[in-house]
Amino acid sequence: MAIRRVRLTFEGDQITDPVIYQIGKDFEIITNIRRAEVHADVGWVILELDGAEAEIDLALAWASGKGVRVDPLSGNVIEG
Amino acid sequence: MAYASALHCRECGNEYPIAPIHVCEWCFGPLEITYDYDAIGDAISREKIKDGPLTMWRYADLLPVDGENAVDIGTGMTPLLKADNLGREFGIDNLWIKNDAVNPTYSFKDRVVSVAATKALEFGFDTLACASTGNLAGAVAAHGAKANMRTLVFIPSDLEHGKVVGAAIYGPTVVAVDGNYDDVNRLCSELADANESWAFVNINMRPYYSEGSKTLGYEVVEQLGWKAPDHAVVPIASGSLFTKIWKGMNEFAQLGLIDDVRTKMHGAQADGCSPVAQAFADEQLHVKPVVPDTIAKSLAIGNPADAYYTLKIAQQAEGSTVGSTPDPAIVEGIQMLAQTEGIFTETAGGVVISNLKKLAEAGRFQKGESVVAFITGNGLKTVEAVQHLANPVNINATVSSFEESIDVEATVGSKSASS
Repeated sequence: MAIRRVRLTFEGDQITDPVIYQIGKDFEIITNIRRAEVHADVGWVILELDGAEAEIDLALAWASGKGVRVDPLSGNVIEG
Repeated sequence: MAYASALHCRECGNEYPIAPIHVCEWCFGPLEITYDYDAIGDAISREKIKDGPLTMWRYADLLPVDGENAVDIGTGMTPLLKADNLGREFGIDNLWIKNDAVNPTYSFKDRVVSVAATKALEFGFDTLACASTGNLAGAVAAHGAKANMRTLVFIPSDLEHGKVVGAAIYGPTVVAVDGNYDDVNRLCSELADANESWAFVNINMRPYYSEGSKTLGYEVVEQLGWKAPDHAVVPIASGSLFTKIWKGMNEFAQLGLIDDVRTKMHGAQADGCSPVAQAFADEQLHVKPVVPDTIAKSLAIGNPADAYYTLKIAQQAEGSTVGSTPDPAIVEGIQMLAQTEGIFTETAGGVVISNLKKLAEAGRFQKGESVVAFITGNGLKTVEAVQHLANPVNINATVSSFEESIDVEATVGSKSASS
């Protein structure tokens, strides 16, 4: 089991999609929203995911496939 | 002596003891250094700074490290040059270039890594690490060598060979990671989390690392005769450099070393990666992440961590802006700086110069106002962006061949006519 912290960014129609609910429902993962800001056109959520590593990978791949941007909590760590 | 007394969360304000951590455990906001400014005020003076070393470590009292055992490879006190030729081209009568491309590894990253490496040793780390596509890799490798630390540099496997050499020469372990940007980024974040014995300069050392950028602000103020410039044009990647230059200048004012700062801050991005410029244009404080597509790769951060804080400064400091320019203008900017001032900058510098030109054309600078353009990296790092400009005239090894091929008078005349 593992805990992973990620930053999800939603744009446009994704804002109204219950993505975090679906992660908790369709994957063996406990989700915990720790910080968030949502506007009409863009929003972000810092999410803690508690579950098996492989299951977290699957859930985040599913979210990415929906068009949600998934970043590590540290953000862009590759610098020029 | 270190005057850093604690860390605090930039969002919720929770305090933490000085430690190699970077996010608030309560709200996951970024951590920032808390200084004892009263004690610094008692210790610091213009005279003390002037008597200090001719490096960024003359400002050690304002950095979150002890400073007596600084990992110093001669970074800082880079030239602030009056740029009359370029100023004439743009119609700016008081233009200055802060040439940070002459640092030991040819970019401003030496400033942040010097602080991070020093702090890493103070914490007892023996391993220095980073993930980079260029400037940061060289800076970490060089400081790791100087500090006798084990050094790990993670790079994307498709990085140009010249950039790999620029880090590898210092002897780090260079790890080339297969995969796209997001894959490499995710791996490096996970490795940093899993290896708490590493000082990952821009992850667990980030609160200390980023403070090194303040020294650019201090130096410009000191070099201008203890006066903040009227305008500063600064490249934006994560936004950290922009916020720290602003912070540095305001710390000097807070400590009574200079008058109030009225600098108009101008952030510069490339059109191909301009989330902060777009948010500024939309009068927002949050960015819409982008997938970068620009030759200015050292600025190509699609979801900038410090965008919010950058935008707050840009909106609060009256007259400030954040703009962007297209890639051809960036190349033109590199050429203009080289051909007017003799300074060869990388693409990030081209972004600064092209945005400077745009600001001048928009009438942002009044007569007599001091304008400082921050050049943060050397042009030899991004030769591929301008290699199409190198078209030598081929001749045989005879005087007649030279005279047949080159009209020297015309060449001299054309240069005189353009100057």
